[in-house]
Amino acid sequence: MSTRLASGGRLIDRSVLVEFTFNGRRLTGHPGDTLASALLANDQMLVGRSFKYHRPRGIVASGPEEPNALVNLGTGARLEPNQRATTTELFDGLTATSQNHWPSLEYDIGALNNVVARFLPAGFYYKTFIHPRPFWKHVFEPVIRQSAGLGRAPKDRDADRYEQTYAFCDVLVIGGGIAGLEAAHAAARTGARVIVLEQQPHWGGRAPVDGLEVGGQPAAAWVEARLTALAAMDGVTLIPRCTGFGVYDHGYVLADERVADHTPGDGRVKHRLWRIRAARIVTATGAIERPLSFPFNDVPGVMLASAVRDHLVNQAVSPGDRTVVVTNNDDAYRTAIALVEAGLSVPAIVDARTAPTGALIDRARALGLRIEVGRAIAKVAGSKRVMGVALCHQAGEGSVIDEIDCDAVAMSGGWSPVVHLWSHCGGKLLWDDALAAFRPDAARPPVTHDGGPMVIAAGAANGAGEADLLSDAHAAGRSAAEAAGHKARKSAVSAVSNPLDAGIGAIGVMPQGAAPKLRAKMWLDYQNDVKVSDVQLAAREGYESVEHTKRYTTLGMATDQGKLSNINGLGVLSQALAEPVPQVGTTTFRPPYTPVTLGALAGEARDAIFQPLRRTPIHGWHEAQGAYFEPVGAWRRPYCFPRGGENHDEAVHREILNVRRNVGLLDASTLGKILVQGPDAGRFLDMLYTGVMSTLPVGKCRYGLMCNEAGFLMDDGVVARIDEQTFLCHTTTGGADRIHAWMEDWLQCEWWDWKVYTANLTEQFAQIAVVGPRARMLLEALGGMDVSREALPFMHWADGTLGGFGVRVYRISFSGELSYEIAVPAGQGLAFWTACLEAGQALGVMPYGTEALHVLRAEKGFIMIGDETDGTVIPQDLGLGWAISKKKPDYLGKRGQERSFLAAPDRWRLVGLEALDGSVIPDGAYAVAEGTNPNGQRNVQGRVTSTYFSPTLGRGVAMGLVRHGPERLGEVLEFPKVGGGSVMARIVDPVAYDKDGVQQDV
Amino acid sequence: MIAEVGPLGMVTLRGEAGAVGPAVQSATGLVMPEVRRIVADGARTLAWMAPDEWLLVLPRAELPATLAGLRVSLAGQHALVVDVSDARAVFEVHGDGAATVLSRLCPVDFPRLAPDEIRRTRLAQVACALWRSAPGTFTVVAFRSVARYAFDVLANAAR
Repeated sequence: MSTRLASGGRLIDRSVLVEFTFNGRRLTGHPGDTLASALLANDQMLVGRSFKYHRPRGIVASGPEEPNALVNLGTGARLEPNQRATTTELFDGLTATSQNHWPSLEYDIGALNNVVARFLPAGFYYKTFIHPRPFWKHVFEPVIRQSAGLGRAPKDRDADRYEQTYAFCDVLVIGGGIAGLEAAHAAARTGARVIVLEQQPHWGGRAPVDGLEVGGQPAAAWVEARLTALAAMDGVTLIPRCTGFGVYDHGYVLADERVADHTPGDGRVKHRLWRIRAARIVTATGAIERPLSFPFNDVPGVMLASAVRDHLVNQAVSPGDRTVVVTNNDDAYRTAIALVEAGLSVPAIVDARTAPTGALIDRARALGLRIEVGRAIAKVAGSKRVMGVALCHQAGEGSVIDEIDCDAVAMSGGWSPVVHLWSHCGGKLLWDDALAAFRPDAARPPVTHDGGPMVIAAGAANGAGEADLLSDAHAAGRSAAEAAGHKARKSAVSAVSNPLDAGIGAIGVMPQGAAPKLRAKMWLDYQNDVKVSDVQLAAREGYESVEHTKRYTTLGMATDQGKLSNINGLGVLSQALAEPVPQVGTTTFRPPYTPVTLGALAGEARDAIFQPLRRTPIHGWHEAQGAYFEPVGAWRRPYCFPRGGENHDEAVHREILNVRRNVGLLDASTLGKILVQGPDAGRFLDMLYTGVMSTLPVGKCRYGLMCNEAGFLMDDGVVARIDEQTFLCHTTTGGADRIHAWMEDWLQCEWWDWKVYTANLTEQFAQIAVVGPRARMLLEALGGMDVSREALPFMHWADGTLGGFGVRVYRISFSGELSYEIAVPAGQGLAFWTACLEAGQALGVMPYGTEALHVLRAEKGFIMIGDETDGTVIPQDLGLGWAISKKKPDYLGKRGQERSFLAAPDRWRLVGLEALDGSVIPDGAYAVAEGTNPNGQRNVQGRVTSTYFSPTLGRGVAMGLVRHGPERLGEVLEFPKVGGGSVMARIVDPVAYDKDGVQQDV
Repeated sequence: MIAEVGPLGMVTLRGEAGAVGPAVQSATGLVMPEVRRIVADGARTLAWMAPDEWLLVLPRAELPATLAGLRVSLAGQHALVVDVSDARAVFEVHGDGAATVLSRLCPVDFPRLAPDEIRRTRLAQVACALWRSAPGTFTVVAFRSVARYAFDVLANAAR
């Protein structure tokens, strides 16, 4: 059984007891424990079930590569699924539950899948559930969904806060092991600004665990000295508990700092996402040990040799009294020696190599350890924990030659450099036969803006051996700082004084000639249940590409992203295809290196500051009135102002009728207002608008249309000529920023020699529309300027004062009524609005919202950008030919509109539509034509673009685009409704109200 | 400490530096700033905004006369002088942690920000301009319509 030893544990504080629960069981550990080490200390070998076969699974690793020990951490508003026990720091009150089992971890009904495993090969779902087609959606998928999945998604709102922060440096070192610290020191000595990230709470990586000595002193002491030196240097930032998880172009790195995961509820942010811009990046990310592929290598108690060593040295936890070490390399001997030195027994070291030699092997022999060379594991006995192993010849097929009782197996298949960050931005890899791993190819690095290497790999992450580890890291740090523009200073290079000259055997399965039955029990990917036999099946079925094999078998597609399984899977595939590993290639490494919680990515963007809402100067008043808002771009505009018990429809009807009968106020502040000034302003606007603006007299307004180069209508609005060289262009609410950018684009990139300046004044002014037959009376009640028909005719503007406010008044109408739009500086917007309400009280003034605005304009047949247009409509379709100049030689969109398709006579064009029964035709409804198309659908000849109930007319009004529409007035079209039935509607003039425009020109 | 300041006078100037420079100097006494720099005399600040654009910030009371003076100086020249005092919201972020608070929202290398440097950048999800108006104090300018958001994200980052 796994247990806590009586002494040792360099990271734990035995004087403090920490309580936690696992599946409701109360357990204890110490500060310095991970959840994984604390579980092992309590003999909790079984921690989860695998994804597909629900096999019992135990802790395998001691770091972020852990595939099995994923838990639901916390409860309620602090529940987090899929948390790796190996990277979870233990704290008092921690609650964890295991995942992917029902009804319990010990008795999981899904484990039946295990019994039928040979009927669930790779690609099983693809092959089985594809026919009959409808069954997938209605039968198979719901059942599979029910039984699949790892952690539970939290149901409550996250109780914690997250933040993001930007940082800049010359050299970013990712990894705070001895290589990272050496690289950081070398870089910082040049005067470079350096940030060092370490994913664990403590520094130094695994050097102290491996018993390395640096410059003659124990690694831990050297690490302390280095940290002290670095902390004392200017411009050095050391960030523990922070994983650099993504490298992006131009030295941009994202890193996730787990600020308060281990102190939940202490008021600090839970995570801080660092967004770092570095001139150069040094990846000192170390290496990850690989499992070995022997039968039943997934039984709880089979662990990586390094993990056994980590838990033993760091937390004084032994996985068992008797641990068999199985390896193809020297490094695992360190585990055997550490176990023996801790007073535990190692019944055998099973070495796949036939004649291993080296200092560690000699040392193991000297300790009297039994070393079985040329041997392999034929079987691991036990299901929920290891009971023993059977040995066989590595060269054979798996006939058992010996059996050994044990309660743990420590395995090592060699080490893979962590090349993920190197590869994120395109760094290429080399296959290194001596290392039996991919390592960064320094000749093909990811490059940055100056063509130099953006990422420099250092130490074990670069494939360096222990003898060269620190000189490699030192050189990386120095060259990174030099590339960032700093002059290198000579400084002493440290070196590991007791390096391991690591020999390694070939990768492959164990035993080499294992029969199919054994290969079906050799796990490659523990989390996704991919076995050696699955990859071989994929190869037999023609999946030659590693990318295809990955997707077919799901190898490496679990939350651990194949950190343990990739290289072993590649080895199996390369043997099955009889091609060397470099030819088979590797899958693409993409960010994030480890899963990142969505909270960290969202940062502060939640609740009130989830996204910026744009508010007009009168927004607060609208809110106080209980306005019902609708989003218009980032603005929130009042849709209507319900009174008493009114519903929204009733409020809209009242507002419309009040505009038609009395006077209404609209907050039009959101409309775009772009000042265009200069000697070439007229010429410029003649190109932007389809009509002529240069001839517009000062003091007058003109409606204009803007098209893109393709000819499609993209915005409209009224242009006012302020003086000879100055125009104010109104745009739609949503178009303001876009049209301003459009103007600047043409001025800066195409017509850069035209003398025109623009300024977006949208937010400088509050604009209030005073609309209705009594509008003039309201303005006269405010007093201050002549707003009579003679002084200020329709489509004119004037500066003046109203009610003591300095105003600019535009006599323009989007409703068909007498209408003034009045601009005041935004800071006075609310005061002016209030003054208008007071002045209009006796006249029956009421505010109205955007829905009333829409109905009012639809009654008048005015188009709305976004309703009548959808990016495929040209002004000619909308009967707006009158707003298109025939005389101008050019305007944006003119050439586009001459294309045959847009000039075709049978385009759908704007008409009014009137339901025969007076009803409101459903929005977006299509008018059907005779016959069906090749898909068997009814042919169509038109569609509804705007449709409302008109309280003014007491019936529905609608507009639509209909083939040959304007030539078909009086014809009746059929509009089928969703859910059956049809509306019959007559084609009519789009202007349903006041065709002659008497109302607005008074 | 985060506070909205104002009302201030703000003027956008666009034109050739050779034309705008003398006009600004005669109206305010300020010389033209270098690229991405500000020039300030205490009450008034002239900020470089773009190769042909500057922002003049001054006490509200001085605005009408300054606007008039600028327009007179630039009459007949191709230049734009426009009052944007109401289009913007201005905040001051003051205190030891000011740069730390702002670096949570703005992709700006604050330790390398020159004392007279202006940055047009992002404040979380909205556009802003910022500069050091005094040691330990930053002036942050955002658009008026998102003033509430700007204040809220600043306050949140300062928690």
